[in-house]
Amino acid sequence: MSEVTIRKQAPRGMITLRGDLSVPALGAACAEVNGCDLPARGQAAHAGEAATLWMSSDELLLLLPQADVPDALTRIGAALAGSHHLAVDVSDARTLFSIEGAGLRDVLGKLTPADVSAAAWPPGALRRTRLAQVAAAIWLRTETEAQLICFRSVTDYVEALLHTAAKAGQVGFHRPLR
Amino acid sequence: MSTRLATGGRLLDRRRPMDFTFNGKRLRGYAGDTLASALLGQGQVLVGRSFKYHRPRGLVASGAEEPNALVNLGRGARLEPNQRATTTELFDGLTATSQNHWPSLEFDVGAVNARLSRFLPAGFYYKMFIHPRPLWKYVYEPFIRHSAGLGKAPTEADPDTYEQFHAHVGLLIVGGGISGLQAALAAGQAGKHVMLVEQTAHWGGRAPVDGVTIDGMPADDWVKNTVEALENMPNVVLRTRAMGAGVYDHGFVTVYERLTDHAPEAEGPRHRLWHIRAGHVVLASGAIERPLSFAGNDIPGVMLASAVRDYVENWGVSCGDRTVVVTNNDDAYRTALALRHAGLEVVAIVDARTTPDGPLLREARDLGIRVLTGKGIGAAKGGKSLESVTICAQAGEGAPLEEIACDCVAMSGGWSPVVHLWSHTGGKLTWDAERCFFRPDPTRAPTGADGQPSVTIAGTANGHLRSAEALCDTAEAMTAILGSDIQAAEAQDADEGPLVPVWLMPQGAGLPLRQKMWLDYQNDVKVSDVQLAAREGYESVEHTKRYTTLGMATDQGKLSNINGLATLSQALGKDIPKVGTTTFRPPYTPISMGSIAAEARGEIFQPLRKTPLHDWHADRGAYWEPVGHWRRPYCFPRDGESHADAVAREINATRQGVGLLDTSTLGKIVVKGPDAGRFMDLLYTNMMSTLPVGRCRYGLMCSENGFLMDDGVVARLDDDTWLCHTTTGGADRIHAHMEDWLQCEWWDFKVFTANLTEQYAQIAVVGPKAREVLEKLGGTGLSAEEFKFMDWRETTLADIPARIFRISFSGELSFEVAVPAGRGRALWDALLEAGAAFGITPYGTEALHVMRAEKGFIMIGDETDGTIIPQDLGLGWAISKKKDDYIGKRAQMRSHMADPDRWQLVGLETLDGSVLPDGSYAIAKGKTANGQRNTQGRVTSTYHSPTIGRGIAMGLVLHGPDRMDEVLEFNTVDGPTVKARIVSPVFYDPEGAKQNV
Repeated sequence: MSEVTIRKQAPRGMITLRGDLSVPALGAACAEVNGCDLPARGQAAHAGEAATLWMSSDELLLLLPQADVPDALTRIGAALAGSHHLAVDVSDARTLFSIEGAGLRDVLGKLTPADVSAAAWPPGALRRTRLAQVAAAIWLRTETEAQLICFRSVTDYVEALLHTAAKAGQVGFHRPLR
Repeated sequence: MSTRLATGGRLLDRRRPMDFTFNGKRLRGYAGDTLASALLGQGQVLVGRSFKYHRPRGLVASGAEEPNALVNLGRGARLEPNQRATTTELFDGLTATSQNHWPSLEFDVGAVNARLSRFLPAGFYYKMFIHPRPLWKYVYEPFIRHSAGLGKAPTEADPDTYEQFHAHVGLLIVGGGISGLQAALAAGQAGKHVMLVEQTAHWGGRAPVDGVTIDGMPADDWVKNTVEALENMPNVVLRTRAMGAGVYDHGFVTVYERLTDHAPEAEGPRHRLWHIRAGHVVLASGAIERPLSFAGNDIPGVMLASAVRDYVENWGVSCGDRTVVVTNNDDAYRTALALRHAGLEVVAIVDARTTPDGPLLREARDLGIRVLTGKGIGAAKGGKSLESVTICAQAGEGAPLEEIACDCVAMSGGWSPVVHLWSHTGGKLTWDAERCFFRPDPTRAPTGADGQPSVTIAGTANGHLRSAEALCDTAEAMTAILGSDIQAAEAQDADEGPLVPVWLMPQGAGLPLRQKMWLDYQNDVKVSDVQLAAREGYESVEHTKRYTTLGMATDQGKLSNINGLATLSQALGKDIPKVGTTTFRPPYTPISMGSIAAEARGEIFQPLRKTPLHDWHADRGAYWEPVGHWRRPYCFPRDGESHADAVAREINATRQGVGLLDTSTLGKIVVKGPDAGRFMDLLYTNMMSTLPVGRCRYGLMCSENGFLMDDGVVARLDDDTWLCHTTTGGADRIHAHMEDWLQCEWWDFKVFTANLTEQYAQIAVVGPKAREVLEKLGGTGLSAEEFKFMDWRETTLADIPARIFRISFSGELSFEVAVPAGRGRALWDALLEAGAAFGITPYGTEALHVMRAEKGFIMIGDETDGTIIPQDLGLGWAISKKKDDYIGKRAQMRSHMADPDRWQLVGLETLDGSVLPDGSYAIAKGKTANGQRNTQGRVTSTYHSPTIGRGIAMGLVLHGPDRMDEVLEFNTVDGPTVKARIVSPVFYDPEGAKQNV
């Protein structure tokens, strides 16, 4: 049985950016504030602890140090002054978890209906989905580390869910027992 | 009497004996036993009582189709009723008790019903217990409840854990018999992502029991080799003890895995309910043998021929010393041969066919077994166990030709493919007249999103009862699925001649015999009951099922279904396909409630949403009110204080000094873009585009049908940005409503929205001292001149960046302060400290409600209920006359919406100062067409107002605003009417002087 570790992360700076993702200035502004490339559809782009998540065809979520958020908002506002967009600080609206261990796919499979197999969900892939009864987004940083965000108000629920699923042990589906 | 043989039993490990108890009796079995085989091995044939007549019941089957052997399993918190002995694997220390008996299994008082059976015909409950009506509640229902009831409900919480698991597979194969194994092997070799599930603990199904050879080796060896090959494929997942429970749309299948039922002390979840999304589903679910309808076929000792064979081959158990085999087909001869090879006595084979022939029959004759052709069983005799059978001509009326002493009858009326899963999601059936069963119709398969078949059924389940045919059919099916030629493994079993349909034995049986022919063992439905239903006019098989309770027991008619509808079709003089089948519904056999709940119990039964101030509220002993998934403090009672007293104290403290309210749950949606003003004007009934930056405005939102759906304060943040506050319950719904219109209707608008509800902690500082509290925290420019009612501004309070809205839902001077959620607790603590000198008092939702009612402010969900328009509530002022359109405008112009007779909002004041009951109606003269009292209004909100010192209410009243000072009478649930005067809904400070200081 492989151990899976659940860790609630320290508050992280988060910016919701809605706009036309094909506008070059938008990608450039994002790269400037957190150093990440513009992610492809359904992907997460990383640069160290920073990340840019593709949330929908006109929405990104930028992860960056919380102290950098006000300055980043100013810079995005300036860079996109001429183009229709919405950039807001959502750092306090969500909680970030990390799920680490070789068995993380089996743990997540107990809670999300999304396909979390290696084929459908390789490192870099992001899924907006549900975790039992609440909304969540999950993405893989590496084969053995997943990140998860949920709304702030359900932090305790999600933490208890993840611990319950991990404690119950492996299913042996994503790593078939032989 | 049944007994354990000295040798034999392919599934048995005789080196590992296991002790268990049944009705307190200490018994012994072996590893590999089921509870059923262990009971039979110890001579326990009698296992329960039937539902209606409390007839003695013995084991009939050896698998999931068993109708009788349901037991209470376990004790205390682990007690579980209705557990099927045939699918319960024995473990050391198992305890079971039989069900539906009183006072004991051996002597049951309820069995007297059996002697009264002619007074308990089909539809008895409908006929008997309907009149006189009042007796139902006090006499009939308690009586039925006492005498009914299979098993006992546990009284303690279940200590075990359960889970669900979502899996996506290319191909799901249900059934681990030889067809399922061959399908899995072919798909695995082709590189498909395959999952194969088998409901029992063993692979191979019936083939090893039936002596089949495959590819030149005994079936057991072929199964072992195939499973080994599959285990070595990384793309194949194998699960035993995993039952395909239900097949749903779009390749969704539930599989019920029993992880620790056979090893209760093991770690981990007890059951796992798989939610599988399969690219394609292959059903290899096999077939179930049918009983024969002869008189006394329910006496313990009468069993399915296949079960008798299973018990001897798999578990080394003899079901009786002297067995009579009765059949209409060749397969049952295998049972006779198996018994003879085990050294047991087969007294006779009674074959209903006149001239049967085939290798199995010849082998039986060669062994010297007596074969009677063209004969049937006239009656089985015995009480709690079988004693003898009489033999009669099948073509006759049942006159006994001879009587044969026996303690076991192995019966076979033919086989029915297990088509349940195929039928769950729309697969159709066709009647196979030659082999007498419903088989899947491949031209009418369940279809997926692309309109193509999403389920394939193969092998025995597809009506190919012989092993060789089944494997060929599976190979064909897999060839079609995989697009490459799949070779069938070569199976060899004995050739079989045709069967003849036998639905009644003998075919001319009179009523006395038919009244003893059981179709549904558990629910006591007999051939005569179905025939009576047909005579009483029941033509539909679905109606007959409910009238007679045929197939409604926990086995869901697995044995009785086909025999029952064949009996019905004969009684109606119709063909079987014309009568049809009842509906097959998931799950295939009952699954545990625990597996359905999975992790959702205790602390995580439901998500509990917590505001940034939740912990403070909890520490102060808040009395909670659930608001959606949020918990909001209703009030903060002090030691010994009643809730009503706490609410009054909170209101008085707020109105006289300063109060504090956690409003973080209110929806906060930002709307931005060049077209945002236009969008806001369409969304709200009033004008929002003209709202100056820095100002707030109260707005209403209606649905397309004109009904008021939400309200709240809107703030203009900058030229192209608005912040919309919604109700707590409206946050997600209104955001979705906005996105719906933006994405589906006004996709050309340049508008973006974001739901920022959880980004902010929001705190209302309310009362005459509110300004002083904020100033103590460093708030500047808050004077009445600089910061007017309905202004908002950004500032810093207690070194926290804050947005302050000067809005009021209480009628007092009031500021709502929004700060980042992570700093909400710091602000709350600072406010409490700064306000201590003023007696600052946190208040809950009830004080909020009372204070808004004192001011005549409406509440979504109290004054509205989905049928109310703003015009009903005196909110016409919030509906713009200048705008061309807004959502709901057209609907509000319809005649009924513009009707002056719609009830209108007013205030209500009881003459005696009491509080009107919530929802109470104002009565009017006369009666309706239904004989009910006419009404002219109803109460929508009602409270005791500590400020006014009396009961106050709001209500909707016919022509209300034109009837000021008129006195109406309101009804109460069980008392006299209450008189109340129509007044203005604004009870407190109608000039608005208090909030404007």
